[in-house]
Amino acid sequence: MPAFVDIHAVTHVYGGIEGLPAVEDLTVRVQEGEFAAVVGPSGCGKSTLMKLATGLQFPKAGTVIVDGQQVSKPVRMAGMAFQNPTLLPWRTTLDNILLPLEIVEPHRSRLRRHKADYVEKAQNLLAQVGLRGMGDKFPWQLSGGMQQRASLCRALIHEPKLLMLDEPFGALDAFTREELWCVIRDLHAAQKVTVILVTHDLREAVFLADRIVCMSARPGRVIAERVVDLPRPRDLEITYSAAFVDIVHELRGHIAHARQAA
Amino acid sequence: MSAVPPPEFVAPPAISAATRRRNRQLALAPWVFTLGFFLVWEAACRLLKVPSYFLPTPLVIADATVQYWWQLAFHSFHTLWMTLAGFALAVVFGIVLGLALGASRLVRAGSYPLLVGFNAIPKVAVVPILILWFGVGWVPPVLTAFLISFFPIVVNVATGLSTIEPEIEDVMRALGASKRDIMVKIGIPRSLPYLFGSLKVAITLAYVGSVIAESNASRNGIGNLISRASADFNVPLVFAALIALAVLGVVIYVLTEMLENRMTGWAQRSQMAAG
Repeated sequence: MPAFVDIHAVTHVYGGIEGLPAVEDLTVRVQEGEFAAVVGPSGCGKSTLMKLATGLQFPKAGTVIVDGQQVSKPVRMAGMAFQNPTLLPWRTTLDNILLPLEIVEPHRSRLRRHKADYVEKAQNLLAQVGLRGMGDKFPWQLSGGMQQRASLCRALIHEPKLLMLDEPFGALDAFTREELWCVIRDLHAAQKVTVILVTHDLREAVFLADRIVCMSARPGRVIAERVVDLPRPRDLEITYSAAFVDIVHELRGHIAHARQAA
Repeated sequence: MSAVPPPEFVAPPAISAATRRRNRQLALAPWVFTLGFFLVWEAACRLLKVPSYFLPTPLVIADATVQYWWQLAFHSFHTLWMTLAGFALAVVFGIVLGLALGASRLVRAGSYPLLVGFNAIPKVAVVPILILWFGVGWVPPVLTAFLISFFPIVVNVATGLSTIEPEIEDVMRALGASKRDIMVKIGIPRSLPYLFGSLKVAITLAYVGSVIAESNASRNGIGNLISRASADFNVPLVFAALIALAVLGVVIYVLTEMLENRMTGWAQRSQMAAG
């Protein structure tokens, strides 16, 4: 079965040819519906990987294939969420969530006539992430964790086939973070979306992902891949099990090694 | 731990009498200070016997205001009209140029030195050219007001556009948004608070520009009235005209601020929430 996201032997350099490559000879394959996590030391090109997979950057060498097509322009079917929720302060939470529908076809031309349907869909999504009835609030009336939940809704409203998460919980406190792990886990289980999660948090990666890719320090390369075969659905209790801790420990070893090599 | 809270934790009265008195003082302060300023002025002029052709007292100025009220009103209205016309031109031109500068790095890099250089010229120096081209009349004040006030608008609109968070731009581009989509959905609403911030600066500058040009390139307007009154040594009228300028300036400023609050309330609220 061909991979849904197939990054093959990719080298990418920012700004001119002389600079040190951000990633070099990088090969990552993610199956459809799979939850993949990418971990690595700072500056290992994790964000570059995201930009390559969504067509915001094009590789200097190698190929990027998403959903059977070589990427030559932005992929138009990706949802993204970042560490910074980046909600627009002049829109209500609901209008923020509806923003992708104003861009992506076929919703774009249908939005005006079927507004009520779309609003209902957004309300359902809000309820799923625990923000029932918060649609009328402005982003600055929400806490950081609530803004991040809304940002996840915005990433999912147009039912993207690919969800890219770039350290989405990095700025949150530990309890809120674990709550949102469960939100993501349930959204992934419900929507069968392919997810690529970039993170520094090894426990987060092991709890959420089917497969974890460890990257080296710059220039980024894959130094290890680990399949997480913990049974689903996973409960937060699992993070205290011996099997879970062993995987985290093993990954920790890879990262420590990569940091020393740098 | 005892169930009854200690007496000092019993809820205090909502606002104490002292706080209320302090608030009342703060509300009265602007009036008291303004009145005090004019009283000190009046007293100083009388005690030091300052002649009224040098510095008239507020009462003499008030007399002049009543005596010449029709002229003052007519010329104030003319100045207001010149200012608003020049300002309107500056807003239209400033927004268009600002959008172009914010949207394209090439345009920005190419035209910035020219713009800064042009803005460095004190606009008084341009008035003779305007008289040469358009003669004495309504055109030089309007154009001076325009020239002096468009620059802050351009810079602010361009800044609002060029400081869009890269993440939200990525989100939009990954959805397949065109440059125009990003501009309409993100760039323009985002630059509105910057625009309104600059409008307050720009209208004040436009006002300066129209008065400067009126004083030697027009037959109407407060600027012209001051030129003529000072040539006649009618110093009380000069001061009455200055006061009229101050009042008009405050009115213009307040109107712009009210408009700003209506259009971009979200920006101020979010700042309050952050701060």
